[in-house]
Amino acid sequence: MDALTLQGVCHAYDGELAIDSIDLTVGEGKLVCLLGPSGCGKTTVLRVAAGLEPVQQGRVFIGESEVARPGASTPPEERGVGLVFQDYALFPHLTVTENVAFGLKGRPSVERLGTPKQMLDLVGLADLAERYPHTLSGGEQQRVALARALAPRPRLLLLDEPYTGLDIHLRNQVRDETLRVLRMAGISTMIVTHDPEEAMYMADHIAVMRGGRILQQGTPSELYNAPANAFIAKFLSDVNAMHGTVEGGKVPSIFGCLDANGAAEGVRVDVLIRPEALSLSSEGGRPATVAAVRLLGHSSIVTLAMDDDGSELRARVRGMDAPAEGDKVSLALDKLQSFVFPCADPTSDE
Amino acid sequence: MSLSAPEAKPNGFLSGLPFWRPDGWTIAALVVAGLVATPVIVVMASLLVPAGDVWRHLADTVLPGYVANTLLLMIGVGLGTLIIGVATAWLVTMCQFPGRALFEWTLLLPLAVPTYAIAFTYGGLFEFAGPVQSALRDAFAWGRGDYWFPDIRSLGGAILVMTMVLYPYVYLLARAAFLEQSVCVIEVSRTLGRGPWRSFVEVALPLARPAIAGGLALALMETLGDFGAVQYLAVSTFTTGIFRTWFGLGEPIAAAQLSAALMLFVLALILFERSSRGGRKFHHTSRRYRALPRFKLSGSTAAWGFLACFTPIFLGFLLPGGQLVAWTLETASTVVDADFLVLAANSVMLASATAVIAVVVALLLAYGHRLRPGPLLAGATRVSSMGYAIPGAVIAVGVLMPFAWFDNQLDSLMREYFGLSTGLILSGTLAALIFGYLVRFLAISLNTVEASLGKVTPTMDGSARTLGLGPGATLARVHIPIISGSLLTAALLVFVDVMKELPATLIMRPFNFNTLAVRAFELAEDEQLAESAPAALSIVAVGILPVIILTLAIARSRPGHWSDKSVG
Repeated sequence: MDALTLQGVCHAYDGELAIDSIDLTVGEGKLVCLLGPSGCGKTTVLRVAAGLEPVQQGRVFIGESEVARPGASTPPEERGVGLVFQDYALFPHLTVTENVAFGLKGRPSVERLGTPKQMLDLVGLADLAERYPHTLSGGEQQRVALARALAPRPRLLLLDEPYTGLDIHLRNQVRDETLRVLRMAGISTMIVTHDPEEAMYMADHIAVMRGGRILQQGTPSELYNAPANAFIAKFLSDVNAMHGTVEGGKVPSIFGCLDANGAAEGVRVDVLIRPEALSLSSEGGRPATVAAVRLLGHSSIVTLAMDDDGSELRARVRGMDAPAEGDKVSLALDKLQSFVFPCADPTSDE
Repeated sequence: MSLSAPEAKPNGFLSGLPFWRPDGWTIAALVVAGLVATPVIVVMASLLVPAGDVWRHLADTVLPGYVANTLLLMIGVGLGTLIIGVATAWLVTMCQFPGRALFEWTLLLPLAVPTYAIAFTYGGLFEFAGPVQSALRDAFAWGRGDYWFPDIRSLGGAILVMTMVLYPYVYLLARAAFLEQSVCVIEVSRTLGRGPWRSFVEVALPLARPAIAGGLALALMETLGDFGAVQYLAVSTFTTGIFRTWFGLGEPIAAAQLSAALMLFVLALILFERSSRGGRKFHHTSRRYRALPRFKLSGSTAAWGFLACFTPIFLGFLLPGGQLVAWTLETASTVVDADFLVLAANSVMLASATAVIAVVVALLLAYGHRLRPGPLLAGATRVSSMGYAIPGAVIAVGVLMPFAWFDNQLDSLMREYFGLSTGLILSGTLAALIFGYLVRFLAISLNTVEASLGKVTPTMDGSARTLGLGPGATLARVHIPIISGSLLTAALLVFVDVMKELPATLIMRPFNFNTLAVRAFELAEDEQLAESAPAALSIVAVGILPVIILTLAIARSRPGHWSDKSVG
């Protein structure tokens, strides 16, 4: 049985549609990421699932129970959903233990006294049990918020941009730690994020949103290997963008003919090539001149001027394998990592 | 309306109204707004009732005088408070001279002295037989009629005493505005060739203008609402006219119509305040704050600066306060007896009851608005906080008229059907009095509670709700503990204002029921000034509490002043 099901859900703020016909399922024990740029409505989906916003159309189920439909909504306190906000929203007047115990009111005293300690052990904060939130670091606060949301043993856990408040070094560490805790708790989870790398790293299933709609959903590899449109391809990774026209069912390019991906004859298309799809060698590919090299550490980005038409392309190579500026090289394309979409796609400009 | 299983029954006639469902919070807020608005509506509606001869008589005889005196009083107090308030605020914020740190908060002290208290201490000090004129006669061997001395019981006297205790409103808001200004805009002005004085006139003053107008509007609202001072100093204004018409002539309708005319002045003030603010909310373009580099005054300029700050404190607090202390020492042994303690207990009881109710109602309104954001509750909240602009005498008239009508209707109904008289149930009771206070002072608690609720982030509501708490339990376990300090402040501010209140209490109090303020005023009217001092001094002493709160609040209000020492 699925932990969360949204069927054709719409929500409008003051008459402005924020999410439109959302169909989404979080399977039992699965981790689903809602991925999209800011303002795409992903946080609204999360608030609808938590019961903090009503729905104007569609239905929401948690487990088998219907919790929302137009005009009726189970209040958040009766849904059994855990929620971790972006700002953690720890109660400043309560200690860490009291924060974690907050949702256990009315439970048997064994649970009220025992669970907070278990949860703090789980997130590794047993030492800080009597401290107040403002004395904790950002990463510690995030873990307290997670423990607090997990303590009442919710059916479903919702996390809103859980790592944006943290600096980059802490972020990777907290992310691994959170994943470990979620796995041990075995809880169904929905995470909202704008960071594609984070989504692909964590999720079993990703739904990409834009303008209040879900554009595509699937496993990380499905999305990465077969993006449904140019927007998703550009959002998930850096790309080189070129233009072409379909001729004889193929798209001619300097790297030879590419598959038209179903585009009709004579249609102008975007050709999107990931930097890692281009490989440098001394011969066998198209001739190019190295215009610039930027070392990023684990890889280098090489900007190349193509001898064929003077266009510039970026290729990603291993950090130490980069050529020098001004070198003549030969460039080959891995056609599996290049994508062709019709230009008519209104989402292709951004 | 909640459901937890697919087979839950459909939600009936409400399904067509998904955006507005009547719930406890909304209904409570609308009821409160309706009750608070009633006195104003009653007063305004009185204009529709023909008053006939009385009104014509008033218009022919006293009304032009009321209008002229009220206008002159407002102009005089307005100019006085503006000059003193802005000048002292600028001096203590931007300049460095001996005593500056002390003046920063002592300039607020006159706020603790009610207008009626300063009026009769000045009356006692400057009358013919008072210490000042007596000393002059002794010193120069003058007799009666040998010399000219300004009469304190005059329009000029009223302007002087009110200016001296009302300038802190302008000072308070002007100073807050100067503190909020980023030092960068002043420094940019200096680097562009303006001297400190020109920078003040061309940059700081225009930026602070909305705040200064707000302070001025508050001072003028107090001026319009004052009854005790103008009555004692024999200046006929609208408030004294309302009293005379109500009690002297026994014409409630005409009194209500005078109240409605007074409301027009209040309306003009509100519009003035709005227009000086509207569209002119200046956003601070720089977010850098530093300890203000104060302009050092030395030699004679420092002496002038000192004098400019000391004089208002002396005239508005030290002189009247000192005289009250002297009188109290003289009469306390006879005046402070069991009856006096009853007066004090009455005042404290009324003030505490009003403070608790005002905070509870404010919490209800502000939290209801948070739960159901929207124009309906926003409007209800605004209506509920308009009472502060309305003079106490007007509220008293607006409360008593409907209450008396209700009592009479009920009484005649009961007589007709059951043959018994219920008498007065609402009017002339403590309940009516507390209701009047609530109408007048709800805005104070509402502003404080709203501001502090705003500091509890909405995500905390969301967290508490998803952790299984309903709206009421969330309020009790999250909001109230977090904002408990502000709730206490709100209650204290209301408490002190009720202690000081005079005109509404005079009109609405139950028969033979006295408070400290009423007793002090009645004794002063009988020229028993020394005997009135202990009661007045008690009120001043309590009034110092909010000065302390305001001092602490304003010190915290400046970004980067206390907490953010690392910036800059």
